[in-house]
Amino acid sequence: MSTVKLTVNGKAVSAEVEDRTLLVHLLRDHLNLTGTHVGCDTSQCGACVVHIDGRAVKSCTVLAGQAAGSTVTTIEGIAKGNELHPMQAAFRDNHGLQCGYCTPGMIMSAIDIVHRHNGNLDEATVRHELEGNICRCTGYHNIVKAVLDAAGRMKVAQAAE
Amino acid sequence: MYQTTYHRPSSVDEAASLFTKGSDAKYLAGGHTLIPVMKQRLASPSDVIDLGKIKELVGIEPTGDGIMIKAATTHHDVASSETVQKALPALAYLASLIGDPAVRHRGTIGGSLANNDPAADYPAAVLALGATVKTNKRSISADDFFKGLFSTALDDGEIITAVSFPVQAKAGYAKFNHPASRFALTGVFVAKTPAGDVRVAATGASQDGVMRVPAIEAALKANWSAAALDNVKISADGLMNDIHGTSDYRANLIKVMAQRAVTAAG
Repeated sequence: MSTVKLTVNGKAVSAEVEDRTLLVHLLRDHLNLTGTHVGCDTSQCGACVVHIDGRAVKSCTVLAGQAAGSTVTTIEGIAKGNELHPMQAAFRDNHGLQCGYCTPGMIMSAIDIVHRHNGNLDEATVRHELEGNICRCTGYHNIVKAVLDAAGRMKVAQAAE
Repeated sequence: MYQTTYHRPSSVDEAASLFTKGSDAKYLAGGHTLIPVMKQRLASPSDVIDLGKIKELVGIEPTGDGIMIKAATTHHDVASSETVQKALPALAYLASLIGDPAVRHRGTIGGSLANNDPAADYPAAVLALGATVKTNKRSISADDFFKGLFSTALDDGEIITAVSFPVQAKAGYAKFNHPASRFALTGVFVAKTPAGDVRVAATGASQDGVMRVPAIEAALKANWSAAALDNVKISADGLMNDIHGTSDYRANLIKVMAQRAVTAAG
């Protein structure tokens, strides 16, 4: 057992976990942040994507200990109170989800994509960049629309700050 | 996953010392091979020694005749590095093709080389570019480093610290990827040195892992063009033959990928 200390969604947290604990299980089972999902558990589907120090990673393939000292952001940490993050709002407005299982990972990956491309995205880029996130309901069409919509909204939001 | 003990050393020397103390220790870099394998219970190391946070193992530096990429540098950082894009754009491109964005944020060049998966991308670049693998004990030339499927010249406990790549007159990479795993069904790296020597390496094709392709090297040395490979015959002997592709199919892919790589190299 080890004590893992890290910052999750802006709060300093500490958890006593077995060394074999994966970050996704630290989040879900110890911190009750169940928005981050385990889909495939084989690093392929992307339902477990969170940000570590600002980068999208698959939290089912990171040991909790590896994240010690880092800043982690999960799907629970991106809205400002009752105001959805522009990516969440765009997914809702564009019907970018059906069952919703992949959505937390999609949204965390998509925010990372917008940041890395400074909001300058086209459909082909979004489809290519989302290759590590699998959705079995939507055929991706509305997810891609949502990401492109959000890229514009995030630019506007950034300009307003 | 079985029980293990996680360590986070702050120096290469400390990591090597921890390794000797564990009964069956393993190094962890990005963890994107080791952790999945541990989850499947195909590996159950007593100790996991994390190299990913060792500062001296991260970074990219220009050298006199090329670039040096330190071992725990992620694929994302190689792909987006201006230094790499300027000196060896084909290498930055190769890194951009590995896995998916989240995988590239974690996976490292040293981890990929130490694992030497027969379908990994980096071994093709290291072999074709005649790179030098530096460890905490010595320097190993690319020709001596790869020893077949998942095997390398590394001794037990030896740590890759950096890889030095010499600049080339021309270099290109082309990969036919498996649509689900993104691993190379076959990938070919072509390189021409400033002195005019040509080195070509294929990954994903051979049963013994990454390999040079002498027939293509000879043809490109005589005439650096995709058309020069039109009549080159690649033997299917020793190539992988599985549900994803026959050995004959892979033999043809070696030629086609080499042609695309030459075109990309210009």
